[in-house]
Amino acid sequence: MVLREIRVKPAPFAYVRTETLDQVFDLLDEHGDDARILAGGQSLMATLNMRLSAPEVLVDINHLDGLSDISCDGETLKIGALARHSQVLESADVQTYAPLIAKTMPHVAHQAIRNRGTFGGSVAFADPAAELPAVTRTLGARFVLQGRNGQRTVAADDFFQGLFETDLKENELLVGAEIPVIKDGERTAFMELARRHGDYAMVGIAVQGRLEGDSFADMRVGFFGAGDQPILAKSASAALNGQPNNEDTIKKAQESLNADLDPMPDLNGPAEMKMHLARVLTKRALAELAS
Amino acid sequence: MDQNVDITMKVNGQQVSRRIPARTNLVDFVRYDMELTGSHVGCEHGVCGACTIRVNGEIVRGCLMLAAQAEGSEVETIEGLSDAGEIADLQKAFHERNAVQCGFCTPGMLLTAQELLKKNDSPSREEIREFISGNYCRCTGYQAIVDAIERVAEERRG
Repeated sequence: MVLREIRVKPAPFAYVRTETLDQVFDLLDEHGDDARILAGGQSLMATLNMRLSAPEVLVDINHLDGLSDISCDGETLKIGALARHSQVLESADVQTYAPLIAKTMPHVAHQAIRNRGTFGGSVAFADPAAELPAVTRTLGARFVLQGRNGQRTVAADDFFQGLFETDLKENELLVGAEIPVIKDGERTAFMELARRHGDYAMVGIAVQGRLEGDSFADMRVGFFGAGDQPILAKSASAALNGQPNNEDTIKKAQESLNADLDPMPDLNGPAEMKMHLARVLTKRALAELAS
Repeated sequence: MDQNVDITMKVNGQQVSRRIPARTNLVDFVRYDMELTGSHVGCEHGVCGACTIRVNGEIVRGCLMLAAQAEGSEVETIEGLSDAGEIADLQKAFHERNAVQCGFCTPGMLLTAQELLKKNDSPSREEIREFISGNYCRCTGYQAIVDAIERVAEERRG
């Protein structure tokens, strides 16, 4: 058939649907850099289609057992790496115990992508413009990394190390996230500026913290699309803590973003425009948090 | 390693088995191997939504999933939904409201609209816009599409 010959997008690769972790580690050991883990594939497939990436072997982990569960023991919300975005969006546990994530999910891509994309995939890919890496960092999440001989747990703050760079080793698999449950009195806000709903934001903000009387406390302000990695804005958070919720405090938090953010210019505009948008979002998000 | 895979799946209710290159995207498999060309290929990297296909009852981007990953799945395309009459009311409303112009986005738009109405039988116009935001239409300006989906939601509620 003539049509059949037209069908070429990704460079050729072998594909293995794995059923066990041992199988995954065997393939990672054997092929090293030439193997790529295929989870939801909603970023990887696009890079394959554009030939920005050309692995020799795709290791499909979608059929590994026990990695899709969402559960909570009252202190920690556990989200399995293979939980789909649509599953997280509809989870009652996520609504109750991590409302910041619940507010985030409707902004993560579109339904057809949310039906495939996974929580762990988004975290492991560590796109600085994506919502979930920044939101998990804001929440002080910990990630469970599985190696052949055991697991280790890494705080989000140490996990994200640079542009698409994480602490994940070549022969490790991210299997889950552990998120501290929201405490009494903690409030949340999430906002992003995107040209089209669901697309990558130009800049986005995620905030969690408390108001003690009229003053901010335990504030954690996170940003995405504002640097070479998902950002926890430590200076801005410090500028808010213990200070009254007024114009002067907000202005100081906005000014301290210069120390926290280092946005890259892109098709949307120059770095200074993104800094401006980050300041605007800071004011809006804090107003929402306090309302 | 072998760069081909053997796959078996149901496409619009029909059991099919093929040996294909592992790199074949699901939408290309449907178009070239199954010769079902109603699913369209636009941007090929997940932005436009023209390749929307249903796998095990949920819509996916046909360009962001390998055919090999649909092994053992139930795959449904616009042809399947259309022939089964499942979206006859949506098709009629799109036609009557002029929500179809060039038609390139329409199959993906219809599958997305159907998923919305299965999840939410009375979506607001804002919710409709949000749900179809992953499907580009370059002709209609969306107004007529939102009108059509809104009317079908009303009709289905009875």
